[in-house]
Amino acid sequence: MKQHIRNIFHLGVKEIIELAQDKCMIILIIYAFTLGVLVTANGTPDSVTNAPIAVVDDDHTQISKRITDAFLEPIFMPPKTTTMAKADPGMDSGEFTFTVMIPPEFQKRLLSGKKPEILVNVDATRMSQAFVGAGYIEQIIDNEIKKFSKDDSGVESELMTLDLRNKFNPNLVPTWFGGVNQMISNVTMLAIVLIGAALIRERENGTLEHLLVMPVEPFEIMCAKVWSMLVVVLVATLLCVLVVLQGMLKMPIDGSFALFTLGVALHLFAVTSMGIFLACVAQNMPQMGMLFILVLMPMNMLSGGQTPRESMPIWVQDVMLAAPTTHFVMFSQQILFRGAGIEVAWKPFLWLLGIGSVLFVISLMKFKKTATQS
Amino acid sequence: MSFPAQHDGKSVVSLRDVSLRYGKVVGVDHVSLEIPRGILVGLIGPDGVGKSSLLSLITGAHAMQEGDLQVLGGDMRDQAHRTKICPRIAYMPQGLGKNLYFTLTVEENLQYFARLFGHDAPERRRRIDRLTKSTGLYPFLNRPAGKLSGGMKQKLGLCCSLIHDPDLLVLDEPTTGVDPLARRQFWDLIDNIRLEQPGMTVIAATAYMDEAQRFDWLVAMDSGKILDTGTTQEFFAKTGKDNLDAAFIQLLPEEKRSGHTDLVVPPLEFDENEGYAIEAEGLTQRFGNFTAVDHVSFKIRRGEIFGFLGSNGCGKTTTMRMLTGLLPATEGVAKLFGKQVGADTMPVRKNLGYMTQIFSLYVDLTVRQNLTLYARLYQIPEEKVKASVDEVMARYLLNDYANATPRSLPMGIRQRLSLAAAVIHHPQILILDEPTSGVDPVARDLFWSQIIELSRRDRVTIFVTTHFMNEAERCDRVSLMHAGKSLACDTPAQLVKQRGCESLEAAFIGYLEDADPLANAVNQMEKDVPAEKEEKKSHSKLWEKINAFFSFRRWYSCVWRETLELMRDPIRATLALFGAMILMIVMSLGMNLDVEHLTFAVLDQDQSELSQDYALNIAGATRYFNERPPLQSYDEIETRMRSGDISLAVVIPPRFAKDLQGGKKPEIAFFVDGAMPIRANTIDGYVYGVHKQWVKKYVRARYSGEHPPAESTLDIKIRYRYNPDVLTLPTMVPFTIPMMLIMIPAILSALAVVREKEQGSIINLYVTPLTKAEFILGKQLPYVLFSIVSALLMVMIGVTIFDVPIKGSALLLAVSLIIYCFIATGIGLLASSVTRSQIAVLFMTLFGTMVPAISFCGMVNPVDSLPGMSRFIGTIYPTTYMLLISRGVFNKALGFVDLWQPLLVLLITLPIVMFFSIILQKKQES
Repeated sequence: MKQHIRNIFHLGVKEIIELAQDKCMIILIIYAFTLGVLVTANGTPDSVTNAPIAVVDDDHTQISKRITDAFLEPIFMPPKTTTMAKADPGMDSGEFTFTVMIPPEFQKRLLSGKKPEILVNVDATRMSQAFVGAGYIEQIIDNEIKKFSKDDSGVESELMTLDLRNKFNPNLVPTWFGGVNQMISNVTMLAIVLIGAALIRERENGTLEHLLVMPVEPFEIMCAKVWSMLVVVLVATLLCVLVVLQGMLKMPIDGSFALFTLGVALHLFAVTSMGIFLACVAQNMPQMGMLFILVLMPMNMLSGGQTPRESMPIWVQDVMLAAPTTHFVMFSQQILFRGAGIEVAWKPFLWLLGIGSVLFVISLMKFKKTATQS
Repeated sequence: MSFPAQHDGKSVVSLRDVSLRYGKVVGVDHVSLEIPRGILVGLIGPDGVGKSSLLSLITGAHAMQEGDLQVLGGDMRDQAHRTKICPRIAYMPQGLGKNLYFTLTVEENLQYFARLFGHDAPERRRRIDRLTKSTGLYPFLNRPAGKLSGGMKQKLGLCCSLIHDPDLLVLDEPTTGVDPLARRQFWDLIDNIRLEQPGMTVIAATAYMDEAQRFDWLVAMDSGKILDTGTTQEFFAKTGKDNLDAAFIQLLPEEKRSGHTDLVVPPLEFDENEGYAIEAEGLTQRFGNFTAVDHVSFKIRRGEIFGFLGSNGCGKTTTMRMLTGLLPATEGVAKLFGKQVGADTMPVRKNLGYMTQIFSLYVDLTVRQNLTLYARLYQIPEEKVKASVDEVMARYLLNDYANATPRSLPMGIRQRLSLAAAVIHHPQILILDEPTSGVDPVARDLFWSQIIELSRRDRVTIFVTTHFMNEAERCDRVSLMHAGKSLACDTPAQLVKQRGCESLEAAFIGYLEDADPLANAVNQMEKDVPAEKEEKKSHSKLWEKINAFFSFRRWYSCVWRETLELMRDPIRATLALFGAMILMIVMSLGMNLDVEHLTFAVLDQDQSELSQDYALNIAGATRYFNERPPLQSYDEIETRMRSGDISLAVVIPPRFAKDLQGGKKPEIAFFVDGAMPIRANTIDGYVYGVHKQWVKKYVRARYSGEHPPAESTLDIKIRYRYNPDVLTLPTMVPFTIPMMLIMIPAILSALAVVREKEQGSIINLYVTPLTKAEFILGKQLPYVLFSIVSALLMVMIGVTIFDVPIKGSALLLAVSLIIYCFIATGIGLLASSVTRSQIAVLFMTLFGTMVPAISFCGMVNPVDSLPGMSRFIGTIYPTTYMLLISRGVFNKALGFVDLWQPLLVLLITLPIVMFFSIILQKKQES
């Protein structure tokens, strides 16, 4: 037993020393946890920003002017005034996502209570902007009209008020969510790539066979790889949370940091085991890379980090319960954003432990089998 | 400098003061040399002395650095001259089949090379048949090159080199790792070819001094410098030795020779009653139908040095793996010290030292770190680790290198380090798999003296494999292996006596010839029957010039070979054909931006009819909301939202109904989980909508009959165009197609080039008339075709499974997708020109295509609304324009008239990308 632990420890230290010499991987790690996270965080397309809008003003009155001027940055780009004839081609070519048509005699009809009509065209191929953006436009026009007619006696506001609060991220800062999400993808990616590369390199250099001739067991070799890569990625992840997310993106962390660390470790246990499995299936590094794309992309896309889980078909939700990323996304949101504790997070933790153990055993079997065949 | 007798006074190669550096390492150090025409020149010396570097300069594979080099009458710095003489030089790089394609058959390899040199079909057939018949490869024409034995690979490499009648044949260690019979056959073959083409000059590098003896003229090299030149006889005369090994050692500078003495092996003493250290009885290993080791038996005494001889792939390594317990034997028994190697091999392994064929310690750990790790893994107690390490470092003279990493050490020292690691725990059995290949003679002798000391002094049993006959002669007994069988096993002297030969090598060859009559068939070179004198077609000068720059035949041979290789690699082929489709389905399922089935719960503090009606109204919007059990308290909002059970909580205050009716403006509170802003935004929108709806209903009901207050003063009509139901799929399909089609083809084509760089077959670009344009465009076409099929599959899935019809011009979509496939593969090729490792290029293309495609190309935000740099990338990235076309055609029912601009942009992008991907590729190593 003591010798097992000794072997596992020293082989793991060896992995870390080797990794430290590998410039390519170091660059990848640094990129993945700094720029990689920041770029995506800042480019997160959650809310409507800089939406291109055009106004066809056939009224040319005070009110139509006011409406035009009410579309402000950063939600909208400065509105372009255009003509009826040019509005459609503009939408076709994607130049405008929204066009607002103010008909002739709009002000006149409004003042005489004839209920004029404003037509808003929305390019619904731009999914994320279309729906929310249309809502904004509606509100903006409504407000302008009310201000203009000094009429703030809408029925709704007279009857009752609506108090809408966004918990955990009151201003819905999209960078926080995007940042955490990207970090989750990168954690998974790095864990698989690092351990896969380490195993394949060891096999190609013949050092793996050498180890197997020595009084070292495949189980020890695998444990050593798992713990060393787990530690490396875990440290990088924690630094990323502290420096990049908290420091640079100013994200408040509600929950327990220690609990989050534990969860990341569990996740890494599962994905490093998966990395070993992939490395055993692949003959060489490029094959590993291709397998990795086919496995990782679905795992990230369907984890519930990109889009809400509940909106996916039920069978997809069920299948994805077997993917570690699903549970990683769940507990990260619970702990980092919603400040939940172990009373909530035990569920994904247990899942991860289960998935990790199964993957570990399968990988170990595969590893033992492939290690003795060259 | 002496010249051989029989040359005509003209030099084929002339080097003046040539140097070559790799970073700080000097490969070739101010070498001046004249190589005469029509002879067989041998470059002799151990590994890493600059032989290969010198040869790669001579063939033009490596770019010149310093000095002046004339080959076949022209300057090798001159690109035009290199292009001109390229077809006259043949180069066989070091390594077994380095320039071959292993998944291709013998026939296909030869066809490829023959096409590169512009032979037509009947001519190719004639040449291939003639060459393979004379080398004995004819029966194996349909066997994949990777499945040939080492000797056969080398013969195939030679055939590929000779397919175009070169004037200068350059062979870099062609016989390393090949059995003595195959080696002898190889050189016989070269002799035959030279008889037939007396004008041909052959330059061969070798580490085997015995075979160098038959060369016309020798160049001895060490540390990048030339030690001496001359014939074998001249070397013997100069040094007073009678074999080249000894002569070479004599030629080395004094300090390198120091301490070298001729080895003496003391006789083995053993006790008859003592058991055997290693026993094998009928050891057999089968892999499917293939029998790698066939009933091998031997008994080895304690302290004996047992030599195992045979070619690469004859079953030596497999036998050793069975002895160590790495591989369970299919049949037969292996015993170490009388104990059967079985399930529990742990005690056996503690007593075993092992040294593999290739250096198998960690190149990134220092010498001391390596030894410490091995000491620990061999279970030396922690307090003794340092002492053990110090002991072996002193014994194997490693103290000077304690903190160096093996990466930077010469072969000889690495070998000593491996030995030190293998004996650090004082094993009783030492298994050495070709421990000395590539090590210089002095280091080899030093190594053997250490082996002999271990055997005789420490009584370690040594099991060693080797290709060197002089090493085999030092063993107590040797076993000759061939094709999995042990042909003979006895003392070297006895074997020689039994065969009645002069040397062990001759004896071995005798056994081999008996065992395998087929291997014996070194046919005479068939008389070259130039059936009909090749009619030189008189092409115009212009045609020749164009042909030198771009030949369709060479381009086609590239296309043909790449397609074959791709089809034989199932993982790559699957990814090329179906990868995009699979990912498209996944993305379409996952990137569902329709936020639906949001979970909510109500905290109804009023419990009136009105409040229940309000809650029911929300629950009624079933597409959007799924109701969960009601909330009991404010605290519950917190906990249930934390766990992710609900994303929306609705709080209806006490006295809601009364206040509403009494005009007291009650306030309904909504708490939204803001963790996921996209979802929160959508929830906010839904909430306003549902709320408004209820209020309208309430107002109507309440004031029914009476005069209702004005609801609003204007109508805002919102029209969702192109996608009236605002569904995700109709927008995802036109987006995923361009995205997948940039990512996967780029990755595949980039890998295709870098793979050749890593495997070494890129050398064929450097040393054959193949031009960069032919190579790149030839590589590209198969991937373009695969991508077009893949695009077709995606469009079909989009139309059928996802039910997203093509509303606009299908022709426009097809045309632009084809152009786009060319661009995507071109981008991959561009990436390949700046990278060397496959994994680096994989990540580079993955990030380089996916990030811009998702973030900067107008998927979510139009390019015009992006800030600064992102906007610039989006403007120049082709996906932007493909996306415009694909959205236009799928969603907006547009055609050529509306979308000619983006199509034009794609058309302009294509030549630019291709231009750079060709220009940036290198035609020489540098």
